[in-house]
Amino acid sequence: MTASHATATTHVDTSPDSGYGTTLRISHRKLLMWAFLASDCMFFGTLIANFITYFTRNEGTSPFTFLDIPYTSVSAFVLLMSSLTMVIALACIQRGDEIGMRIWLVATALLGSVFLGGQYFEFTEFYHKGMQLTGVNLFSSAFFTLTGTHGLHVTVGVIWLLSLVVVSFTKGIKSSESLNVEIAGLYWHFVDVVWIIIFAAVYLVGNTMTAPPLRGG
Amino acid sequence: MAAIASAPHFAQEHGGHAKEHDNSLWSWVTTVDHKRIGILYGVSSFLFFLLGGIEASLIRTQLIVPNNRLVDPDTFNQLTTMHALTMVFLALMPLTAAFFNIAVPLMIGARDVAFPRLNAFSYWTFLVGALILNFGWIYGGSPDSGWFAYANITSRQYSPGPGMDYYTLGLQVLGVASMAAALNFIVTILNMRAPGMTLMRMPVFVWMTLVTSILIVLAFPVITVALIFLALDRMVGTSFFNPTGGGDPILWQHLFWIFGHPEVYILILPAMGVVSEILPTFSRKPLFGYHFVVYSGVAIGFLAFGVWSHHMFATGLGPIADSGFALATMLIAIPTGVKIFNWIGTLWDGAIRFTTAMLFATAFIAVFIVGGLSGVMHASPPAVLQQSATYFIVAHIHYVLFGGTIFGLFGGIYYWFPKVSGRLLSESAGKVHFWLTMVGMNIAFFPMHFLGLDGMPRRIYTYGADMGWSFWNLVSTLGVYLIIVGTLIFIGNIVWSVRSGVVAFSDPWDAATLEWSIPSPPPEHNFDRIPVVASARPLWDWKYGAAHSHESHAHAPIAGAQHGDDGEHIHMPNPSYWPLVTAVGLAVIAFGILFWIPMAIFGVFLLFFGINSWAFEPAG
Repeated sequence: MTASHATATTHVDTSPDSGYGTTLRISHRKLLMWAFLASDCMFFGTLIANFITYFTRNEGTSPFTFLDIPYTSVSAFVLLMSSLTMVIALACIQRGDEIGMRIWLVATALLGSVFLGGQYFEFTEFYHKGMQLTGVNLFSSAFFTLTGTHGLHVTVGVIWLLSLVVVSFTKGIKSSESLNVEIAGLYWHFVDVVWIIIFAAVYLVGNTMTAPPLRGG
Repeated sequence: MAAIASAPHFAQEHGGHAKEHDNSLWSWVTTVDHKRIGILYGVSSFLFFLLGGIEASLIRTQLIVPNNRLVDPDTFNQLTTMHALTMVFLALMPLTAAFFNIAVPLMIGARDVAFPRLNAFSYWTFLVGALILNFGWIYGGSPDSGWFAYANITSRQYSPGPGMDYYTLGLQVLGVASMAAALNFIVTILNMRAPGMTLMRMPVFVWMTLVTSILIVLAFPVITVALIFLALDRMVGTSFFNPTGGGDPILWQHLFWIFGHPEVYILILPAMGVVSEILPTFSRKPLFGYHFVVYSGVAIGFLAFGVWSHHMFATGLGPIADSGFALATMLIAIPTGVKIFNWIGTLWDGAIRFTTAMLFATAFIAVFIVGGLSGVMHASPPAVLQQSATYFIVAHIHYVLFGGTIFGLFGGIYYWFPKVSGRLLSESAGKVHFWLTMVGMNIAFFPMHFLGLDGMPRRIYTYGADMGWSFWNLVSTLGVYLIIVGTLIFIGNIVWSVRSGVVAFSDPWDAATLEWSIPSPPPEHNFDRIPVVASARPLWDWKYGAAHSHESHAHAPIAGAQHGDDGEHIHMPNPSYWPLVTAVGLAVIAFGILFWIPMAIFGVFLLFFGINSWAFEPAG
């Protein structure tokens, strides 16, 4: 890896958002977000490792009987579709279509909220069926801390997206300021990608590994 | 502080703000200038260094004779725990942050860090975390289960007081501060280098800052999760680390040391970087094998994540895990050894000037080797089973952290003090300080090797006269008193020199890196013109010529040079109090969790308000 020489450039876009004048030709804020996401990888990696350590300690609340793969597949699909709407929102503002950006940002936030609603419903059901954060078993504690932390990330993302919409109405967002949307998008896509891993580790692996042994004839 | 008295000809140059002459308290509270934040970090961390030193002195005075009753066992546990936490998180880490702040932007030819307000936020958040961590001295008792807080003595059952809650919340807040600072410096170093400064032309200190920041960004999330679990265990009633509820206390050790071992390198790599700047300057030679030193630093950072279980050999992980982690640990001796040989190679045949900074840097090599050798001993599981939890370990950690980190950072203070204050520290007082510290340090910590091998466990508050430990404990405590005298002389030196020291011009040491090309103290915008760099030693190129770099004179920045011919407008960020408000929000949340939950909810709103106002504050 070598740094580029900041010799004379033919760039016409000299806004800081374009990375003009920086060594790597990336805006500071985008680089910061990438570094933060690296850190968040370790954060979720630790939570997932904790879940893998503890999900077999599940006396009374077997993941096989609790975790509903079809139900969560639907909410996972909803969350992944929100990544698509996020991409469209960014594409809109990059070509200066602020109305389109608002629509697709609201759509993204809405899909995120649907996911959160699904998680709320799931948590409530588990709670009433005897799976609780404390006092039950380690699987339950690890499940709620891992998925709850992810839900918290989605919540922050929804607030972020909606505040972009508010800014768009009060101050307006120009296409030259699309970096604001792009960075929120980076965060949003990361939260979605993490969910794929959580879904695989918790729901697919957790469920099948605790399935009762098949009794052959 | 003296850092403000910059050369007058810079005063009118940007919009009549004259911010650099404003020395009011408010200007310090709202500052976003990396040099001022560096001074704030430096002064605060030094005060915490003194607090940790007082704690250490009480510990050693308690142990000076057998069956001493100076402090009771409970206080002793709090003293050992808080001594370690204070030194690691409140003294050494922020002191390295002070050097990052002061030196890194100047060394890479930048006018500030990438995110000046985030930088201020890091400092205030660090102060909030320090307050929480030390709150136990005022109310309810301090953390007392050792700085690595092994489960399950940290459970509510065995630590009923609020001490461990101060631990979880204090470290959590300090983690936020470190993370924000590390992200800031990663972006600053990668993205704000002067034209021509490729990665392999960066000063080694900047390289080590980068590696340290990456370690912080990757290691702190792990302790964040572990602290969340511990807080849930204590406050909500989960059993992540509680065996009676099905949890596994060893999991805490894994999580803690996956963070904790990189943390050790977070403490030592900046000091290695400082030494790598001082040695070439005072040997009048380029650093020997620059590339090897850089790659070794990167390799140490990489290996840091693969050796955590060598802190856990005594838990019985089994022969395969033990062998793997023992081998990985011994591998670290290779890059470390490469660095040591390169430093010695730098000295070889150099025109050496033994200034105080140079004395500390060379002593760093010698003393760090002692700590490194006992470290390699700990890499062997059979050996460490004998040494674990004895004073042998205490000796090792003090040789690497006192003899290593503190020596390196003291050297850095003598080296960069003239750049910050415009005045040199007294060399004669400095040499007295050095020798007292050097001799005192070895008298204090070398006997601990003997005590450890004689079986004296760490963290015991007293011992019987028949154990045969009395003599070396007495010697060790006397060594600490020597260090105290040395430190007092150092404080006197600072206080005297900041007003009456010899005036330092831009380049008192005839050094090779960019920070010495601008006045001391630097103007608020650092560089009139951003310099163009053609080698790893730009200033030596400009002063003595460089055979291969004909372009090196291109923008040689001369103190007081006129700027503006090329239409360049130097625009510095405005001061801001929103970082402070946001940090106070964190404090309110933490104390709310401790004492009154509604207050925590108010804190969340305050935090949100601070972030919101920050985000929409007109940029400078």
